[in-house]
Amino acid sequence: MIVSATEKWISRVLLILLMIITIMPFVSLVLTALHAPGSEPGGMSVPETAHWGNFVEAFQQANMGQLMWSSTLIVIGVVPISLLIATLAGFSLGHLRPPGNKAIFIVFLLGMTLPFQAIIVPLYFQVRDMNLLETRWAIILPLIGLFMPFSVMWMRAHFMKMPEDLSEAARIDGATTWQLFWKIHVPLSMPALSSLGILLFLWTWNHFVLAMLMVTNPVHRTVAGALGHFQGQWGRDIPLMMAGSVLILLPTLIVFLLFQKKFVSALMQGALKG
Amino acid sequence: MQTRTAKPLAEATVGVGGGTVPGVTPGPSGQPATAATFAARDRVLRARRVRRGWIALALVVPAAAFYGTFVLWPMVQTFQLSFWHWNGVGEATWAGFDNFVTVFTSSTIVGSLLNALVLIVYFSFLPVLLGLVAAAVIRKMATSRLALVARTVMFLPQIIPLVAAGLMWQWMLSRDGMVNEFLRLIGLGRLAQPWLGQSSTALGGVGVVGAWVALGLCMLLLLAGMTKIDPALYEAARLDGAGAIREFFSITLPSLKGELAVCFTVTIIAALSAFDIVWATTRGGPAFSTMVPGVEIFHLGFFSRRVGEAAALGVVFMILVLAIVLPIQRLLRERD
Repeated sequence: MIVSATEKWISRVLLILLMIITIMPFVSLVLTALHAPGSEPGGMSVPETAHWGNFVEAFQQANMGQLMWSSTLIVIGVVPISLLIATLAGFSLGHLRPPGNKAIFIVFLLGMTLPFQAIIVPLYFQVRDMNLLETRWAIILPLIGLFMPFSVMWMRAHFMKMPEDLSEAARIDGATTWQLFWKIHVPLSMPALSSLGILLFLWTWNHFVLAMLMVTNPVHRTVAGALGHFQGQWGRDIPLMMAGSVLILLPTLIVFLLFQKKFVSALMQGALKG
Repeated sequence: MQTRTAKPLAEATVGVGGGTVPGVTPGPSGQPATAATFAARDRVLRARRVRRGWIALALVVPAAAFYGTFVLWPMVQTFQLSFWHWNGVGEATWAGFDNFVTVFTSSTIVGSLLNALVLIVYFSFLPVLLGLVAAAVIRKMATSRLALVARTVMFLPQIIPLVAAGLMWQWMLSRDGMVNEFLRLIGLGRLAQPWLGQSSTALGGVGVVGAWVALGLCMLLLLAGMTKIDPALYEAARLDGAGAIREFFSITLPSLKGELAVCFTVTIIAALSAFDIVWATTRGGPAFSTMVPGVEIFHLGFFSRRVGEAAALGVVFMILVLAIVLPIQRLLRERD
């Protein structure tokens, strides 16, 4: 392709400008986190001495270790179960296609565009009646339900692409539905499953509303839920709050940078299918 | 759909055993096949099909149970509660359409619905438009080193919690935040203001946060769409003397119909159901200027304890979202 020199420069400048716009809030966050605790720095000022101690302070005050563990527990509760039951349902609706599969799928689709806050009030009373308030189950179980429309749709789309011949061959060899699923289809679904796993991990880790509503104690919440709590607690001490925020963002950022290819493709596909 | 009709046929062949010609095949007992043995075979096959149908349906049950319990049932209850006056603890009394009347007459609630529509401009139109322009300009260097770095950087807003985005921008837009500091630096200090602290600019401020979050995703989706366009089309256009702008409107834009529909769907849903960002920046204030349906439902249901009104707003909210998103989805289907 022929690209003129001016075009090249305009492209480069624009791209760099976009990157700066994206990155600036992060820069401001880190700069502010390094100022003296309790001070009221300007958003662009570089601290004369970097107060790295803020991070230690925030880590201790926020009980960061427990907080991360809590989020991890919630992810462990949500992601494997969601993957398993969504794969079963997707396999059935996309590959076995029992009578009525289209109708069932449409009912699942109904939940795709649902604004989740619309049902939050009855959901709260329901979780209360189940005696789950203040436990992590109050976050885990509703989240699994909320993720089902997308997850089932995702896995169904995957199984629709699997060739019928494959199953026929296994059937001729005498495989039952169960064996067909575990021995043939699950191993072949790993790429679809891992992408879905990444999306579910991110959405769980970053989920805010349920965590804030169902659980008062921030160390039993998700990371995002705890962040909301800090805002109330440290509202006046801006450097400390920013230090806490940096710490809270750090694990996700590290995981993202390690697996960025997988993340980017999962998120792009996720948007395309959603 | 073809595979669906082919399946019973294939099963039948398996049932007969090895694809030999029916009628010549000896029956299970070694006798020549008769009408009776065929009938028996049909019964076996039908039974197997029915059994497999049940097994298949059983596989959907766990997913359906979670979805039913935590989404569909609360949805049904939302409809139900919208016809009652209830404070969440005491006895509920029948309200008829009272709650809906309130939803459409309360200036705060109507305002929240209107604010959600305004946010579409910021959360959706702005990033899609900017993303489109940016992607068109950098299309030709989509595989360069810089573009790959940009891909990673511009995804950052997608992987952090929206609450964190809100928190960072609350700081960016505050009195001494980076935005105002920057304005002062370039000599536009008189424009510096507490963006989120005054009714006139707060909704726009919240909108900017949403635009910042969506911009990278939109640009990268559109860029990915553009790289799929056959370069020969552009060569041909250039030979015909088309300029960059003509090229954009005649080739790029029409080829991106699908990607645009995706961007609009994702971002419009994000705009209408905005909660985290609003909660972290303004909580609906000042003076309800940034109130959105999600936060208003929260207020009505949990702070004012007017559960019926919260439910009625929930119903209206669901219908509003469907009414806006479904037509776009249809456009998306057309592509397939």
